[in-house]
Amino acid sequence: MTDQAQMPADAAAMTDTVWVQKVSWSARVPRWVSMTVLMALFLATWHLVSISGLVSPLILPTLSDTVSDLGFVGRNLLSGGYMLSAFWVTTKEVLVGFAIAVTIGVTLGILVGETTFGERAVMPYIVAIDTMPKIAFAPLFVSWLGFGIGSKVALAAFISVFPIVVGTAAGLHAADANGRMLFQSIRASRLQTLIMLKIPSGLPQFFTGLKIASISVVGGAVAGELLGGGQGFGELIRAAASQLDTPRVFSLIIYLSLLGVLMFGLVTWMQHKFVFWDRSSTTKPVQS
Amino acid sequence: MSAVAKLVSVGDTPRPVYELTGVSRFFNDGKVVALDGVSLTLPKGEFHSVIGSSGCGKTTLLKIMAGLMPPSRGSVMLGGTPVLGPRDDIGMMFQHATLFPWRTTAENILLPIEVRHGRKAARAERGRAERLLQLVGLGGFEDAFPSELSGGMAQRAAICRMLISDPQVLLLDEPFSALDEITRDFMNLELQRVCMEREASAFLITHSISEAVILSDVVHVMSSRPGRVVQSVRIDLPRPRTLEMTSLPEFGAYATTIRNLLDKGAFL
Repeated sequence: MTDQAQMPADAAAMTDTVWVQKVSWSARVPRWVSMTVLMALFLATWHLVSISGLVSPLILPTLSDTVSDLGFVGRNLLSGGYMLSAFWVTTKEVLVGFAIAVTIGVTLGILVGETTFGERAVMPYIVAIDTMPKIAFAPLFVSWLGFGIGSKVALAAFISVFPIVVGTAAGLHAADANGRMLFQSIRASRLQTLIMLKIPSGLPQFFTGLKIASISVVGGAVAGELLGGGQGFGELIRAAASQLDTPRVFSLIIYLSLLGVLMFGLVTWMQHKFVFWDRSSTTKPVQS
Repeated sequence: MSAVAKLVSVGDTPRPVYELTGVSRFFNDGKVVALDGVSLTLPKGEFHSVIGSSGCGKTTLLKIMAGLMPPSRGSVMLGGTPVLGPRDDIGMMFQHATLFPWRTTAENILLPIEVRHGRKAARAERGRAERLLQLVGLGGFEDAFPSELSGGMAQRAAICRMLISDPQVLLLDEPFSALDEITRDFMNLELQRVCMEREASAFLITHSISEAVILSDVVHVMSSRPGRVVQSVRIDLPRPRTLEMTSLPEFGAYATTIRNLLDKGAFL
């Protein structure tokens, strides 16, 4: 039997069973092509709907109007016009709000994640406040802090602090039982365990919270401006909308989204740098 | 007469490292008896194993020996002093390597030194960490991160971390059970070599009969609920042990004895 299997005569009789595995066409197309096609489809639909006259330009501006307004706003921003100073106001609110949210969020997160008192007594209140619609606090912040930058910073920080608290607290609980037992067996102090075990193990969760916060902080600042006036981008949007200048609203929103992308990108870059050993939670696909 | 004989024999047998007397541990206000009056002696330089089915209290016993958990009753003595908490003269190893991914292999190995004596002391001991890595065949991997190591390599690094503080006794909680059988056999022989070289005493928890027999001078067979030592079986096979010994009739006889004891413990 075995001799027969090794005979060359059999090899000649063998036929290849090579067959082609079906792959969907969308899996064969490069990613950038799919993305470009989708964007082109979206823009074409927009263009066709707006020129067909079915929708009033007050509701949906034409593509060309929006593009030309994008250019106008862009030139104003680059030439240092009034829009740039509005952009700086909003950026300042976002950055100061984020800094405050990180400071308070990390402090509360460590209190909640590291102490029994924090976990048992403080955490329920944090969850309770987190379930409230936080935007509704905007009028309160205005009456406490006025129409200036303070009320916007406060709302931005208030909205973005909770993901940081939760991320920090969850991160501090992330260290596995074996790691804790190891630290216990080498007689590590509580502070050593916190710094050398719990904080590094918790960085992925912390950054997840920070990413959510980095996006919601922009929303918080703009919401504060829409509801409380001021001199930021939100005020420009409100003014444009009240003048029924829909293309302007669109282009302002698009430039505003750059701020969100910038914040998110900054946090992702920091995560990449500090959590180099854990690639699973970054936006990059996991290499298998 | 017998008292005299006892005195003489004390001089011959090695000094005990561990002495456990009547160690019991209860959970849930005494409703669950995890350990019930365990007494055993681990003399210096000997390798002992505890074998038993899952949930028989092996890990509880090891935690109590390591000073990670107090016993509910009984006494644990190590080198003549009571164990009242984690100690520097105990080295531990767990089922998982538990290397921290943000530290290089050398930094992981030096962690016990860094925690106890600070970063400067750890840096001064780097040469010793490198020599230990060489000893387990991981020379040149000092600056590799754990993600670059295979499962067996990670466990070898964990051995180095355990040895860096020169413990006089090694407590091993199924250290190689997560590895494939080929790697496990190899690692067990490595472990034997390391123990013989340093004349270290070792206490291994396992649920593999052949692993227990091939490594041990004494195998303590445990029954579950309540966890008790049913019998301690002395393995009289020459050292160093080799994998070929598994085909000896004596090896088979020891394995059968232990399996019968385990069956009895499990069903009674």
